[in-house]
Order: sequence, then structure tokens, then C-alpha cells
Amino acid sequence: MEYQAKELFAKHGVTTTLGVVVETADAAKAAAEQLGGVTVIKAQVKAGGRGKAGGVKLAKTADEAFEHASNILGMEIKGLTVNRVLVTPATPPEEEYYFSFLLDRANRQYLCIASVEGGVEIEEVAKTNPDAVRQIAIDPGAGVDEAKARAIATEAKFPEPVFEQAVTMIQKLYQVFVEEDATLVEVNPLARLAGDKLEALDGKVSLDENASEVRHPEHAAFEIREEADPLEAKAKDKGLNYVKLDGQVGIIGNGAGLVMSTLDVVAYAGEAHGGVKPANFLDIGGGANAQVMADGLDVILHDPQVKSVFVNVFGGITACDEVANGIKGALEILGDEATKPLVVRLDGNNVDAGRAILAELNHPLVTLVDTMDGAADKAAELAHNGTAA
Amino acid sequence: MSIYLNKDSKIIVQGITGGMGSKHTTLMIESGSNIVGGVNARKAGTTVELAGTTQPVFGSVEEAMKETGADVSVVFVPPAFTKDACIEAIDAGIGLLVVITEGVPVQDTAEVWSYLQSDKNHAGTRMIGPNCPGIITPGESLAGITPHTIAGKGPVGLVSKSGTLTYQMMYELKDFGFSTAIGIGGDPIIGTTHIDALAAFEADPETKAIVMIGEIGGDAEERAAAYIKDNVTKPVVGYVAGFTAPEGKTMGHAGAIVSGSSGTAQAKKEALEAVGVKVGKTPSETAALMREILQSL
Repeated sequence: MEYQAKELFAKHGVTTTLGVVVETADAAKAAAEQLGGVTVIKAQVKAGGRGKAGGVKLAKTADEAFEHASNILGMEIKGLTVNRVLVTPATPPEEEYYFSFLLDRANRQYLCIASVEGGVEIEEVAKTNPDAVRQIAIDPGAGVDEAKARAIATEAKFPEPVFEQAVTMIQKLYQVFVEEDATLVEVNPLARLAGDKLEALDGKVSLDENASEVRHPEHAAFEIREEADPLEAKAKDKGLNYVKLDGQVGIIGNGAGLVMSTLDVVAYAGEAHGGVKPANFLDIGGGANAQVMADGLDVILHDPQVKSVFVNVFGGITACDEVANGIKGALEILGDEATKPLVVRLDGNNVDAGRAILAELNHPLVTLVDTMDGAADKAAELAHNGTAA
Repeated sequence: MSIYLNKDSKIIVQGITGGMGSKHTTLMIESGSNIVGGVNARKAGTTVELAGTTQPVFGSVEEAMKETGADVSVVFVPPAFTKDACIEAIDAGIGLLVVITEGVPVQDTAEVWSYLQSDKNHAGTRMIGPNCPGIITPGESLAGITPHTIAGKGPVGLVSKSGTLTYQMMYELKDFGFSTAIGIGGDPIIGTTHIDALAAFEADPETKAIVMIGEIGGDAEERAAAYIKDNVTKPVVGYVAGFTAPEGKTMGHAGAIVSGSSGTAQAKKEALEAVGVKVGKTPSETAALMREILQSL
């Protein structure tokens, strides 16, 4: 979110105004009084186009700040509820520019995008005035030193009065990009204020989750719990790789690719069964032991939309008998809490032993199907029956 | 024949003494791979017993290569140390660098890739991964974690971003077998790409047809389609995972994310079909398409 991006900017010496983040209209009023003068009340959600959606308002007085904050708090922008607003001094820009560093997947390097036309979505500028959008490749090995920053500022055509400030700011923004392990650092608008002062008025930072895990424990503070889906939060606490979707067939599988594929196969199968869809993505990885399986089932069975569950495992390194024992153990752990039908497809390493364990278990909720397509069809059928019932 | 890896490949393991490293080194030895040692600076000079063999542990990749003649390294070190392990192997001039480790910071991989490109002396190193299952030439050698028991030798070349979909596809076509199956990894930045593998399979006389498995995120599949149009004469069958993935959510693999309207499975499928690649809706339909092609060859 904007205020978090600005905190990272300030940490690395990028000129910006932090403002005050508040969660109530009363607090917004108090912040406006404290700041004095004209303020801007800005919705804080992870979405672009906040201004267009009515989430950014100018307040001439503290009472106006209260009024705007009351309207904006609770508003929905692109499906996200606004729970907090940022109150900042109004600093009307004389010119608005655009600047970003990002990961360039295709060319396996970094990319800088800069434009002296900012303040609107850069994709729009690229359409209306492509020449104004400059793209400069950055070699991750070489980075951005002063000479490179100067070359970028020249290429972008930053005007003379702010040119030197731009050179400094570009280096600091690159510091944000590498030292915070970001995949995107965007300033829009990068504004020229009265007195030729260059300032990051609004911004966005996307962080690499792998890097946060490895060397940025402090990034955990940016996670805002109440904004996450409660099932996703629960899964995260259990260390599960889970994404909530809006269908009826719960999915558990091993390996990201196979699970993505399973979602697709269930969606196709669902076309013949009342249009049921996958309810989630859940990759339990290689070690599908009883506890991991139980944790996964626990999350999925607490999704009220779920009517059936499809467990799709290909035993690569993991043996299918271990997976079958995992399912058996999970059902024991869950006991009466397991109430929805489970369709299981096992293939690969030790498949016969795995299927034998489930056959012997003969659990009333468990159906064993040999193929992925057949199992998806069965799970979709059961979900459809469950929805109709 | 095969691509990148064959029966003469001599393999060392960086991180051979760790949990993942020792477990998978054992499996590689059991599959018949020629494992000649491992690297761990803190345990240099010791040995480890794996699958009935005694493996020497060296202090550096350079030393391991000098002593054993190794030309392949498989990396199992934890993500925080992967960058340094890769740079060490590149400096030593390893031929094939297979990075299994999942969770490597993407800027570390970007720096390793930049390092590979920065010096012509590095041109002899091919990196696969990170976050991948590695590469298997059935019946000859395995450098990675792909189960060697799924399928044997045959005419199909397989390249995939995903590990389990590699296994699934090998299983579906096990009666035909594979020249080489390579998992290139699901991270946003990877060493060997779909295009690299397609070029190598095109040049490999043993490979008669190619299965290419992609997934949401980035535009590697679209670029591969453009490459196939102009450069690949062998039949290619495709599969793309993630049609039902919502926008803006990372689906397990760090690189598997639809951003706005880019990186969708539909766009990838259309790009492949536009150049004459048949794309299956499911893994089994994809296997059936390949089966038809193989039966007509």
C-alpha cells in the first residue's frame, strides 16, 4: 500500500511526505488539524485507480477531512474494502513524472521505466504518447551508480531545474529496489513541487516473497492480517501453500504444476455437473504425511462452500502408501469433523500399496478413482449433488 | 543421444551432506548416475556413505572437478547460499549446473544470470533452474530429483516448468519413453528456457517428438511459440496449466502469476496453437495427442 511504500522510500532517503495513517474519521480530523492547511485524504488499498473510484479527496478544513474520511472508510475499491486512509498535506504538483524499477522476466535483468508524463497510468501514456515512455535496461551485476543514474535521467528528459535531484533520487530508488529485494518500485507521480522540489507523491513497492523469507524478517510487518482471507490466513499459519477460490470442489495435490492442472481439469469436469468449480489451490508439496494432509483437509473442510474434496497425488519421490497413510491418519485426526466426500486419485511410486491401504480402510467418505480425469468428474458430480441437496 | 546429460556425465553434488542432498544423491546413485563426489567447505576431506558407495567431500567445486573430472553439478544448498554456490561452480567452469533449490530470492538468480553473461569464460556453463526437478536421460543419467522408475528410454523429448507435471506426463507416455526430460523450473528468472530445450531437442537425432509443458506467468510460452514457428521441424505437443488461476495470485511457483491481462493460460494456448502446436486441455488429452503423433511416425 501507498503508506507502506512511502515508509520504505523514507528509510532509504527518497524524498517523500509520510503523512498520517488513520482508521477512523475522528482520527483523520485530528490528523488534519495537526498537519494544518489543506490536506488530502487517500484510501489505502492495494489497487490502482483510487482517485477515479472516489478514494482520494482534498480537504480544506479538518471538518472536511472528517467528512471525506467517513465516506472513504468502508468504501469498496476493486473489491477491496478501505480500512484506513492516509492524511497528507496537499502539495499541488507543478509537473508530474513517472519512474519505476522492475524485474524484467523475459530478458532476465532489471528494467527502468521513466517518463516526464506521469500522474496517470503509465500504460495509458504508452498508448497515447509512446515516445514519452523511456525504457532502460539495468544489468543486475552492474547496478545503478551515479553515471547510470545520470544516463537514465538524461534518457527520461528530466528538466534542468530538477535534474540533479532526479539523479540522486534514482540512485536511492535503486537502493530501495535491491536492498529491500523488490520486484517493483514505482513512483507515480514523481512530482515537481513549488520551488522545484522533487518528491515521491505516491508509490508502490512489490516485494519478493522468497527474499522476505530468506533475509527480510522485517517484511512480515507489511502483512495486514484482517485484509487476508481468513482461510488463507489459517493455511499460512500452518505453513500451507493455499489460495482461496470461489468454487465447490476442494483441491489437495502435490506440486504447484499438478495442482494448477487439477483445478483446470475439475473446472472442465464441472461443466457437465451444474458448473461446479474448484474451491481452492492447495499444494502440500513432496512430504504428504498425515499431519500435513490433516492440516490441509482441516482448512478445506472449514470452507463452507466446499461440497466435495479431490485429493490428487502423483507419487514421485513420495510413495503412494505414505500418502494413503496420510489420508488415513488425517481422517483419524479429524474424526467427526470430516463430513464431506473425498475423491482420491493416486498414481506413481508404490501406487498398488497406496490403493490397497485405502481399499482396506473402506471409509464411507472416501472414493478411490484410478485416473485424474475420472476422479475430477466424480468429485464434480459429488459437489453438484451436495449443492443440490 | 540425448540433450545436456548422458551416460558419460560425471556428477558432483553441492550440499551432498544436507538432508535433501544426501537423500537425492542416494536416489541418483540408485538410478545409475555416475556420482563422483560432493562439495561442502566445512566438511572437506571427509567422505559420506550413500547407496553402498563412498563419496568424497571436497572443499570447493574447483577441487572436486580437478580430482574427479566432474562436468555436472547438482545444487541442493539452502536458498540463502544458492547464489554463492552457483557463482563458485561457474568460476570453476562446470559444464552443466542444475539448481534444484526452491525459494531462491529472484534478485540472486538475476545476479547469477548476469554473472554467467558477463564473461566469455563462463559460456561453457549451462544453468538449469532454480526451483526445478532437474534433468533425466532415462537409462543413462539423472541429475536432479525426477524418479527414474517412471519411464524408460524412447523418442519423446519433454520440457516442463513443473516437476509433478513432468512426472505425470512421463507416466502417461511410459510405454513410449523419453530421450531426455527436463524440468526448467517455476521461478520468474531461470537459466535454461523452453526455447533452449526446444533447440536442443530439434538437434538431437534420438528425439522424434517434443512435449512442452508451460504454466501461467511471464511470456516464455509465447516466445517459445514464435521460436517453434521458425526453427522446429519436429512435432510439438503442448500443455498449459492454470486456466482457472485468478489474477494477481501466486499459484505455488514464484513465477506462476497472472498480472493484469498478461501471463494467462489462454494467451499461451492461443500462441502455441497459432503456430500449429496441438495443445491438450488436460495432461491425459495431451498425452493422447502425442500418442497419435508417435503412432504415425
